[in-house]
Amino acid sequence: MEDALLLALQLLGATIRVATPLVLAAFAGMYCERAGVVDIGLEGKMLAGAFFSAAVASATLNPWLGLLAGIAAGVALALVHGFACITHNGNQVVSGMAINILVAGLAPTLAYAWFQQGGQTPLLPNQARIPAVELPGVEALSGVPVLGPVYRELLNGNNVLIWVTLVLVIATHWVLYRTRFGLRLRAVGENPAAVDTAGLSVAKLRYQALLVTGVLTGMAGSYLSTGHGAGFVRDMTAGKGYLALAALIFGKWRPGPTLFACLLFAFTDAVQVRLQGVVLPGIGVIPVQFIQMLPYVLTVLLLAGFVGKAIAPKASGIPYVKER
Amino acid sequence: MLLSGSGKGQPGAVPGWVGYALLPVLNLLAAFVLSGLVILVIGENPVDVLSLLLSEALGYPEAIGYTLYYTTDYIFTGLAVAIAFHCGLFNIGGEGQAYLGGLGAGLVALALTGWPWPVVAVLAVVASALFGAAWAFIPAWLQAKRGSHIVITTIMFNFIAASIMTWLLVDVLIRPGSQSPETREFDPGVWLPSMDRALGWFGITIPASPLNLSFLWALACCLLFHVFLRRTRWGYELRTVGRNERAAVYAGISPSRNIIVAMLISGALAGFVGVNEILGVQHRVILNFTGGVGFVGIAVALMGRNHPVGIILAALLFGVLAQGGGQLSFEYPTINRELVMVIQGLVILFAGAMENLFKPQVEALFRRRGTAAADAAADAATGGRG
Repeated sequence: MEDALLLALQLLGATIRVATPLVLAAFAGMYCERAGVVDIGLEGKMLAGAFFSAAVASATLNPWLGLLAGIAAGVALALVHGFACITHNGNQVVSGMAINILVAGLAPTLAYAWFQQGGQTPLLPNQARIPAVELPGVEALSGVPVLGPVYRELLNGNNVLIWVTLVLVIATHWVLYRTRFGLRLRAVGENPAAVDTAGLSVAKLRYQALLVTGVLTGMAGSYLSTGHGAGFVRDMTAGKGYLALAALIFGKWRPGPTLFACLLFAFTDAVQVRLQGVVLPGIGVIPVQFIQMLPYVLTVLLLAGFVGKAIAPKASGIPYVKER
Repeated sequence: MLLSGSGKGQPGAVPGWVGYALLPVLNLLAAFVLSGLVILVIGENPVDVLSLLLSEALGYPEAIGYTLYYTTDYIFTGLAVAIAFHCGLFNIGGEGQAYLGGLGAGLVALALTGWPWPVVAVLAVVASALFGAAWAFIPAWLQAKRGSHIVITTIMFNFIAASIMTWLLVDVLIRPGSQSPETREFDPGVWLPSMDRALGWFGITIPASPLNLSFLWALACCLLFHVFLRRTRWGYELRTVGRNERAAVYAGISPSRNIIVAMLISGALAGFVGVNEILGVQHRVILNFTGGVGFVGIAVALMGRNHPVGIILAALLFGVLAQGGGQLSFEYPTINRELVMVIQGLVILFAGAMENLFKPQVEALFRRRGTAAADAAADAATGGRG
């Protein structure tokens, strides 16, 4: 019983650690897609965030400067996306794709030239990493059944950014549904002409949304390289940006379901690590790859309308051109 | 009277070549200038790097062979993206379709040991087309019948293809007793002859390179692409759906049928990458042999303005970048082959997403010049009195 509880808690803990960058990236995507800008460049922005935070953290030994650098990189790329898609009415998918390829090349190129370690940054010492939060009273509670292990395994020792992410999830729900900015954001994604008629700037609102996207993707990258990991390695994001996009769609562009989708995808990942080579009674060994592709298959099924229906913001993907 | 043609003060027309030649070249220049800045940042001289890149890609016969081998892949994926664009669709799934196409070509080559290579080549072309098209069919059907956005579904299908191929190569097709996830090598008799071997039959000797007969098939595909799009009813219907879906419906053309047709052709074209890579070069099915060709195809189609001639030129440009860029690391210890991706990304950004960046200024320039010329013409016609 104790063991089962411990195993479950370890699985949940792994789920939370894997889910954090997914949640940050998916919520980043939520802001801009609800404002009508499609962003398949989440992956690239995350990778840039990961590289620049690790590079700055490694040079200054200050994780917070690293975090700032990661956020700055995410924001800069988000502004490039905005410049192409909002100012010049460019194709949003092409722009996102370009950013992904650009960063996939730029990060290892700069790492290779600056650190000469084959496209990665040096291993970060502990003081250069974003710290974990040690909660008080772990010892005192350790004797209490259930609550003690839960407190020790699940709540204690989580990275600062995990708690920040939790706050951001709640804040996003509040911003989107309870504030004037959120209302306008959702309106500009559904019917930009109406927002324009009301005297608000469509371009300004969309740029604001992209700024948030940049900040959140930068944080996601920073978590990967300086929080969860200890340094940047080549192709560090490994498709997490696309997985976040899938989670965003699976969550139907809404905060609660998107959080759930991220946790579900992260859970399949945590389970997959444990199921490698394990013979299940009656089924046999499930190839790892089948569990790995599960999130994508689920998302396609959802998009096909076989499990629920995902309806994108109506104006997403369409550049807004004022009528003259 | 008020709107009488090219009267005085009317803006002059912008010549067509501004749209399909001048603006792409300007965008390309902007991308290269920024790439040069990146090279400066890593502490090398951009001009030296560029000249080395060009000489390593085009400077000697063997290099040209390698460049054209990369070009072959890019022509296939460029055409694949372009045919979907003509139908108003964005196929990001070239990567997965090429991967599956390679599986098709590989299975044929594995099964037909001992058969003459021309038969194997034809059957491998058919199989790679079928496998690529099948992988494109599901997203196409979902887009046509259920309205699922094809950009997202094709992205998802790239990942699903990667997982399935890893599973097949690790657990199913792996050479018994081998540790590395790949099939056994094909019988040399079924390999697609390399260009040096093929030309050797005619007494022409060129240095050995991965360039093989699939290059000729790529050029043939360009011709077929053009004939299909511009000279057949099906091509006309497909373009009509791409231009204006509603008009197509009124003209009795079924959008959903054409969406599926366009994606099947697109998937088949992407699948041909497998013939070049698997049957022509690797001679076994390996992991991740596509290496981003599907994504480069997007850049090729955008640069080439979805026209076969433009696609050949753009594919050649990216072939030069791939071959020359890959060689840079031997000369420059600070440069790695990922620099090529930086340049690719910038080209896609400027030639694709920001294609309108210089358009207003350049068009205004030509309009002003056009106006001045029209004024002069009008003056001459009225004997200088107007």
